[in-house]
Amino acid sequence: MTATTSPSAAPDTPAPLADVTRDDASLRRFLHGLPGVDQVGVEQRAAGLGTRSIKKEAKRWAIDTAISMVDLTTLEGADTRGKVRALAAKALRPDPERQDCPRVAALCVYPDLVQTAVEALAGSAVHVASVATGFPSGRTSREVKLADTRLAVEAGAHEVDMVIDRGAFLEGRYMDVFEEIRAVKAACGETHLKVILETGELATYDNVRRASWLALLAGGDFIKTSTGKVSPAATLPVTHVMLQAVHDWFTRTGELRGVKPAGGIRTTKDAIKYLVAVHEVAGEQWLTPELFRFGASSLLNDLLLQRRTQVDGHYSGPDYVTVD
Amino acid sequence: MAKTYKLYLGGKFPRSESGRVYPVTDTAGKFLANAAHASRKDLREAVVAARKAFPGWSSATAYNRGQVLYRVAEVLEGRRDQFTAEVAASEGLSAKRAESQVDAAIDRWVWYAGWTDKIASVLGAANPVAGPYFSFTVPEPTGVVGVLAPQKSSLLGLVSVLAPVLATGSTAVVVSSADRPLPAITLSEVLATSDVPGGVANILTGRASELGPWLASHGDVNALDPTGATPEERVQLAQEAAGTVKRVLTVADDEPDWTAEPDLSRLRRYLEAKTVWHPLGV
Amino acid sequence: MGIFEYAPAPESRAIANLKDHYKPFVDGEFVDGSGEPLKTLNPATEEILAEVGTASASDVDTAVKAARRAYTDVWSKMPGVERAKYLFRIARLIQERSRELAVLETLDNGKPIKESRDSDVPTAAAHFFYHAGWADKLGYAGYGPDPKPLGVAGQVIPWNFPLLMLAWKIAPALATGNTVVLKPAETTPLTALVFGEICQQAELPAGVVNILPGAGDIGASIVEHEDVDKIAFTGSTEVGKLIQRTVAGTRKKLTLELGGKAANVVFDDAPLDQAVEGIVNGIFFNQGHVCCAGSRLLVQESIAEEVLEKLRYRVSTLRLGDPLDKNTDIGAINSAEQLAKIRGLVESGDAEGAQRWTSPCPVPDRGFFFAPTVFSDVHQSMRIAREEIFGPVLSVLTFRTPEEAITKANNTPYGLSAGIWTEKGSRILWMANQLRAGVVWANTFNRFDPAAPFGGYQESGFGREGGRTGLEAYLSV
Repeated sequence: MTATTSPSAAPDTPAPLADVTRDDASLRRFLHGLPGVDQVGVEQRAAGLGTRSIKKEAKRWAIDTAISMVDLTTLEGADTRGKVRALAAKALRPDPERQDCPRVAALCVYPDLVQTAVEALAGSAVHVASVATGFPSGRTSREVKLADTRLAVEAGAHEVDMVIDRGAFLEGRYMDVFEEIRAVKAACGETHLKVILETGELATYDNVRRASWLALLAGGDFIKTSTGKVSPAATLPVTHVMLQAVHDWFTRTGELRGVKPAGGIRTTKDAIKYLVAVHEVAGEQWLTPELFRFGASSLLNDLLLQRRTQVDGHYSGPDYVTVD
Repeated sequence: MAKTYKLYLGGKFPRSESGRVYPVTDTAGKFLANAAHASRKDLREAVVAARKAFPGWSSATAYNRGQVLYRVAEVLEGRRDQFTAEVAASEGLSAKRAESQVDAAIDRWVWYAGWTDKIASVLGAANPVAGPYFSFTVPEPTGVVGVLAPQKSSLLGLVSVLAPVLATGSTAVVVSSADRPLPAITLSEVLATSDVPGGVANILTGRASELGPWLASHGDVNALDPTGATPEERVQLAQEAAGTVKRVLTVADDEPDWTAEPDLSRLRRYLEAKTVWHPLGV
Repeated sequence: MGIFEYAPAPESRAIANLKDHYKPFVDGEFVDGSGEPLKTLNPATEEILAEVGTASASDVDTAVKAARRAYTDVWSKMPGVERAKYLFRIARLIQERSRELAVLETLDNGKPIKESRDSDVPTAAAHFFYHAGWADKLGYAGYGPDPKPLGVAGQVIPWNFPLLMLAWKIAPALATGNTVVLKPAETTPLTALVFGEICQQAELPAGVVNILPGAGDIGASIVEHEDVDKIAFTGSTEVGKLIQRTVAGTRKKLTLELGGKAANVVFDDAPLDQAVEGIVNGIFFNQGHVCCAGSRLLVQESIAEEVLEKLRYRVSTLRLGDPLDKNTDIGAINSAEQLAKIRGLVESGDAEGAQRWTSPCPVPDRGFFFAPTVFSDVHQSMRIAREEIFGPVLSVLTFRTPEEAITKANNTPYGLSAGIWTEKGSRILWMANQLRAGVVWANTFNRFDPAAPFGGYQESGFGREGGRTGLEAYLSV
């Protein structure tokens, strides 16, 4: 990649960092100049924060907040319009018997089901998010990725969850990854863009940090851990590194960007650990669905069960929450 | 031929700044030579020289220190006859017994020379800690060591207390036997003509009772071997040494049998275990 | 008020099985000491926790005699394999009573329950497990085929890690075949006396362990006692020097674990977020009541502002308050006296022109608390750069080159610990080699393990605790 082909006057790279994306060499220098992440240190910190004991009102607040941050997700080959409509109903009224239960943030589906989701959620504040760009592997051409994105946007998606080209990233072709995100961002227009790093394939925390900054530089509104199709998916320490990145991004540019861990978060206990991390690593202002989401499916029912336990004062059972 | 000897300080042979000398006699009272009578200012200069030499000596490779010390033993052996005569005169021994003392001293020096590159593997460790860390412990030289050499055993005793200091990588300020300093003076010449860097070993002739307290209280001396002091003096020296938390060697009231095979205890006293930790991660 | 306020999550005080009265433990029994009883406080509330009987000089003599009898008649004759069984049993009992010990420790000391629960008590048990294994293997420790114990060990320990310091002292002493007379700190005697119960539960022969609460004069009586063969002390350099002076010229073997003013050196290529964690852990762990605390931050000038900014943000998230609350990061200062000392030194920092920043965290009205404090623009000549504060106060200095960092780090009479933060491997090893400190943590800080020797250079003391090296302190070698 040469300087002539790179978007040197990128309008949405914030001024303090404009030089960083001038050319391939600058971008590489910047990413490799980011402070390293010590594995043991970050895992220890994550485990330490995981021992926070969240009780009573704090727990109730955390459960409701977590529900409101869920991107209720179905990303299966077997997905049908019926399945999507059922999930949409659940997204609007997670606990039909409890009117005070918050709705979720979004419904996350494949592009071809966006239209169904949009129709089912019409008139509500629940967003429709669509994966795109050859999700989950991203192993297709740029043209197909952009067409995939346009399909989602034109069908009415409010949010697009793209995957980065991990192969290019691991080959060190950072400018290719950067430009692809930029191109997808352009195709999104006003639609919110979440950039999936697929941290399980990046393997090291140093790579997670570099990919996070790469996605932020390219204009991603959110950085997202995983597709859910690769193990490990979201982990607390990976999310820590990403929360630290958006915190540092804010310090450098004054811009707020979001984080979405996805995959593997199944219990209320786990979700609360993530909220504690959001609170203490990124900061209090990230404790909103505008800036933090959970990509999950089964998590929602556990949150609802725990919510009932908290509200009713006794343990609830799985038959009291809806299975879709 | 009566000579007037000097001090060995910073690799050089200066007179005592005090200008003082004292007569040295054999055990029958026959005059042998004049020795420099070191003052506390000479001692101060010796500590400065030892401290200055410490970074180089302690960071030399263990192999190199071993080579330097082996070389000392060779030069020592080259002066075997001179040492035998001086030990015989100083200690009132027959030529044969003096000779065996000198041979034992050479062997002792060789023994310690061979330790330089084994200490870390024998006294160090990889620590199997319960966590994702690599932790290891290395013995490192303690610094500047003050040595009050034995009053009786003029060469074997001296070698037995000086060689372990140098083998660890520490540097030494030695106060020789007061009445039997000639082997110490000759050892100074041996050190000066082998490859020992100046200041690594400094040998002062004089009185332990006079210089000991200054060594014990000195803020830039890390350890003290009070062998050459009397038991009463040693109590006072140990008290003085507490002011700077010095490592003080525990020694028997009477001089031990220096011909006995040594163990690691003197080496250990001049070593600090340093434990280093680092996480294991990718 | 923030939007995510953690509700109080206190550990139940009842778990501590707190009693009204505690007594000295001598010759296998809890006895009435003839000293003036002391009242031990909860430093977080200033309430009296319990009355504790203390020893007098004559009780010291009784205890030393009991320890001598136990040494001569039982413990020195017992095969190592049998001694080991007692140590294993003690380790197990500490584990079984871990919650009780953790809560009691937090009540008496003021440290956060998460630290007593996750660090102090488990590490104490680990020390007994580790040393139990040595008891029948001493011939392999490198001190000759059959190294001998010293006899009766007198041990005086500080208030910052009451049970853990007891374990550091008693476990190696017993493993090597010595018997013990131990004095816990005046302000934190309770877990040591529960340890007496554990000795009873383990059916440890009477007199092998004796525990004498009391003030400094009882420590002095132990140190001075003629029939004690070994003195082990952890505490201030000032008292350590007095002890060294006292035992000068006696046959008593001495080991000292004294103060420190550790440099924590951060280079511009450090893993910054983990370095910030390490800085925080280094100085705010246990309210900074740690002899090896990283109390002097040496940060490379080119990243000083960035590190300070990150540090202040991180420190402002530390939660100060009720030590029993599971979410508390910073508990109470152990005593009014210590609090006054910290305040005095902080005032000297102000007076000498350093820039003080204090965490905006709320501070309780009652109890001895001190908000985390960071001084920047500190220079080597200031008291806060030279004296051990032993509190949650960090002094930040800068350097330009590795040589300057080493010069500043080593420019102290202490030499207990040091930290290095850089991702360059050769620099880590070079720094580790140059630092005159007994423990060097690289890209981590405040790690402890019974298998890793711990102890200082220079005025931080001599002798080591832990590992094979640590056995020497209790063997006649």
